Amino acid sequence: MLTKRIIACLDVRNGRVVKGVQFVDLVDAGDPAELARRHAAAGADEIVLLDITATHEGRGTLLDTVRRTARELFIPFTVGGGIRSADEAAAVFDAGADKVSVNSAAIADPTLIDAIGRSFGAQAVIVAIDARRAQESADPVGDAEVFVSGGRTRTGRQVIEWAREAEARGAGEILLTSMDADGTRAGFDCELTARVSEAVEIPVIASGGAGTADHFAQVFQAGKAHAALAASIFHFGIADVRALKQELALRGVPVRLPC
Amino acid sequence: MIPVTVIDYKAGNLTSVVKALRYLDAEVTVTDRPEDVRAASRVILPGVGHFAATRRLDETGITPALREAIARGVPFLGICVGMQWLLTGSREAPEQPGLGHFQGWCERFPEGSEKVPHVGWDHIMTRTSSPTRLFAGVEQNEFVYYSHSYYVPTSSCRNGTGQVVAADTDYITPFAAALEHENVMGVQFHPEKSSATGLRILRNFLEFGC
Repeated sequence: MLTKRIIACLDVRNGRVVKGVQFVDLVDAGDPAELARRHAAAGADEIVLLDITATHEGRGTLLDTVRRTARELFIPFTVGGGIRSADEAAAVFDAGADKVSVNSAAIADPTLIDAIGRSFGAQAVIVAIDARRAQESADPVGDAEVFVSGGRTRTGRQVIEWAREAEARGAGEILLTSMDADGTRAGFDCELTARVSEAVEIPVIASGGAGTADHFAQVFQAGKAHAALAASIFHFGIADVRALKQELALRGVPVRLPC
Repeated sequence: MIPVTVIDYKAGNLTSVVKALRYLDAEVTVTDRPEDVRAASRVILPGVGHFAATRRLDETGITPALREAIARGVPFLGICVGMQWLLTGSREAPEQPGLGHFQGWCERFPEGSEKVPHVGWDHIMTRTSSPTRLFAGVEQNEFVYYSHSYYVPTSSCRNGTGQVVAADTDYITPFAAALEHENVMGVQFHPEKSSATGLRILRNFLEFGC
């Protein structure tokens, strides 16, 4: 039986893992290569490294970080953050990534999804969507809006409609982050995740809001997610992946155990 | 150091496969030239992406070189599309013939009940009736990482006789997780991404015939 994936996410700035609450207040959480290894050993099913370095000079550091992190990592490894062209994606693949995640650049030029997919296969392209519920709408979930630039800029585009377009252009997976839930540790936005998962044929990775094992069970069951991503709860030892998976197995969620 | 030749046919990236082989102390040569394939003592055909990309193997003259190598008894491992290419062909690109070493067509998972592609960690059930070399030391129901929309049916065979399926996985329908017949092997999953289990399978391939 296909298992639900637990993905450990490393937000990286200038070569160091950081974590903030709702995209601000960043604190240092360690070395990416070391943390990736530790998560893999503890049973993480995949690693996602999101580069949030704002400056252009940081890009060289990113490739070095990817290379170092990939070296002894034998589980799927996704890199995202600031990838603006198929050439930049190629450099990241060359450094050892298995998939890239594109976000703002894909909104600006959706053909980027087609271009990366053509060269590296659809399975190698994850379209990351930062979503916020449309509180003023009669259907806040159905009308949830896509935000870009680290959540600072609204696009006026509907999340569900954008997810469908991404799929049609050849995205292999959707990484859906609820900005309302992100950093709160109060649980994923299951309603939004379920709506997106039902709208597309490709797998949806839920992100934002993980705090307890129950939250993961909810997003896999009610939220219809195929994978779930969490960062901070692992870094500070609140739960490791293996303990989380054991809890999920008890709740009837199929997970990769032993791992 | 065990020498192994990895074929580059410009379909997806090879970094992960090469990295895993080097981690296992293999001496890796990456090539797109038929003369290197003729000189190879062990060959891996990786593959992520579209079956149509295998056309390049015909265009560059790699296909006949691989056919000769396999006939000489050189151990061969196809990964994902590299395994599918061992068959007659694939519905993904019906006009592009496979090697035809095994008989059967790659089919697409039907949509509706489950997500397609099949992405993630799934069980493999090795066939205990005919123990394989590829899965030596691998327990029943270990997990491997998959990423594919097309699959090799479990009825695939060699020359109309004997089945060649070495392990099965069930997703929507049971399909061939791995093929093995004499020196020719294939895995639908990605051993280079399948943690300790995958490294064990790659090591078994590297030690095959040694």
